[in-house]
Amino acid sequence: MRPILMKGHERPLTFLKYNRDGDLLFSCAKDHTPTVWFADNGERLGTYRGHNGAVWTCDVSRDSTRLLTGSADQTVKLWNVQTGTQLYTFNFGSPARSVEFAIGDKLAVITTDPFMDLTSAIHVKRIAKDQTEQTEESLLVIKGPQGRINRAVWGPLNRTIISAGEDAVIRIWDSETGKLLRESDKESGHKKTITSLTKAADGSHFLSGSLDKSAKLWDTRTLTLIKTYGTERPVNAVAMSPLLDHVVLGGGQDASAVTTTDHRAGKFEAKFYDKILQEEIGGVKGHFGPINALAFNPDGKSFSSGGEDGYVRLHHFDPDYFNIKI
Amino acid sequence: MAIDKNEPSKLRWGELEEDDDLDFLLPPKEVIGPDENGIKKVIEYKFNEEGNKVKITTTTRVRKLAKARLSKRALERRNWEKFGDAVREDVGSRLTMVSTEEILLERPRAPGTKQEEMKVAGDSLAQLSKGGAVLMVCRTCGKKGDHWTSKCPYKDLAAPVETFVEKPAASEASVAAPGAGKGAYVPPSMRAGAERSTGSDMRRRNDENSVRVTNLSEDTREPDLHELFRPFGAVTRVYVAMDQKTGTSRGFGFVNFVNREDAQRAINKLNGYGYDNLILRVEWATPRTN
Repeated sequence: MRPILMKGHERPLTFLKYNRDGDLLFSCAKDHTPTVWFADNGERLGTYRGHNGAVWTCDVSRDSTRLLTGSADQTVKLWNVQTGTQLYTFNFGSPARSVEFAIGDKLAVITTDPFMDLTSAIHVKRIAKDQTEQTEESLLVIKGPQGRINRAVWGPLNRTIISAGEDAVIRIWDSETGKLLRESDKESGHKKTITSLTKAADGSHFLSGSLDKSAKLWDTRTLTLIKTYGTERPVNAVAMSPLLDHVVLGGGQDASAVTTTDHRAGKFEAKFYDKILQEEIGGVKGHFGPINALAFNPDGKSFSSGGEDGYVRLHHFDPDYFNIKI
Repeated sequence: MAIDKNEPSKLRWGELEEDDDLDFLLPPKEVIGPDENGIKKVIEYKFNEEGNKVKITTTTRVRKLAKARLSKRALERRNWEKFGDAVREDVGSRLTMVSTEEILLERPRAPGTKQEEMKVAGDSLAQLSKGGAVLMVCRTCGKKGDHWTSKCPYKDLAAPVETFVEKPAASEASVAAPGAGKGAYVPPSMRAGAERSTGSDMRRRNDENSVRVTNLSEDTREPDLHELFRPFGAVTRVYVAMDQKTGTSRGFGFVNFVNREDAQRAINKLNGYGYDNLILRVEWATPRTN
């Protein structure tokens, strides 16, 4: 396949998200400006100007009208997707690391980092349809986990919130009371910071990727470990194909941590694994730096990866990808 | 050769009319539409600065990127106006480009070869006992006794099998992953299942169990020797002398066994064997064993 290279960001990518219809791709990077691209040919549609710090995360509503972005400037902003105007700003006491709209787009879960004497926290905010009714108040604030919470997502039917972070433990919280329902097992769970989390299309299972060079597949309701995928590199981003039983891991060692370097350019790859057999299917090379973000188009026919090199690579699969057998 | 068509020819007022008049001398523009490879040729004729007729052929490859079936809302979004930094987007800004390289989903290794390798050890022993039979080894699929490499029906699969001896750590989908990851280095003498005799003694005896194999065919490589000698016992090292210039074997190599008895049996059985159309000569590697 011929990937489309999009160099709209001057700094490393942090997050990628497709909209529900699969025609728009939102990219967040450390350069303060989230960008939206057309997902078929990679043409840039626009940028959202307003943040003053690295943008760590974003999520788009199901009707693709609202965009939520979380940034290191301690704010989460709500944007109009089409015009790029800011609709609302939520202020926090520390950088926001992860945002996600709930099913129905009426609520959003936001995580904030530990900062000075503030511990990390998970906030649930109400998102009003009409921006004039938007308020700052949180419906729920959960404080508990030690260390940064890298990702928090909604469980099935918005009943639970699943969080994962630096302490390598995945926790499931009740979204109405804030009570801790389950924790992942220390023995079988991750050993190092969990960097990323992605849900299956039907929400029944989710995948977590960690710096301990593995990714694990969990059941959403019971938090039992289903599968483990091992790599040789710390995992920074994970994605699951909505069409086939494939799991993609992206990662790579940070340039500062490498002592012996292999000077082949473009050798950081996104590794494809069979979800059920746990075996590696192959890798897609091309990035010049560790891969920090991965996203699958909801139609399963293309995926994109964002790297430390500032490039977003959009890949449309060749027909024979769909016939791969182990 | 394509000349930049956008370069405006210098028009001098005195020559303006002449240019117009001479236009009819130019043949019309031809467009040879995209053929089955997507190659489209546009042939134009114009006058260059010196007044010479030039033919400009532009060859482009038209590629259909993907079939996009967009929903109604997606189609509407396609017509949205650009905003933010994209407003001042000039056509020359190369933000989005198609990669010049073809990137493939690279498979780690030919599927199925690992399992076949294990089975084959048993098969070849049976074959050897037939006495005088030729060992047909195919490098691509690892099946012995069926066909040679060039006649392999599974030719299209990826790279040949790597030796266990040479590169166990480099292989990506390594089956024999050492314990719980490559965290601490565990010396061979302390690994699970290691033979505990004095370290240096082991190494020396190993070198004394070296067998020299000569009259190898020129496409013989380390993996082939390993497969061939493996039935006799544990092999620690294989080496095939290579001609750097041509990349072929120089016709001889060495195999190191763990046990001397295995080496002796290998010599007895394989000396005189037909392998890839040549009769092998297998003997002790002198002068170390003497």
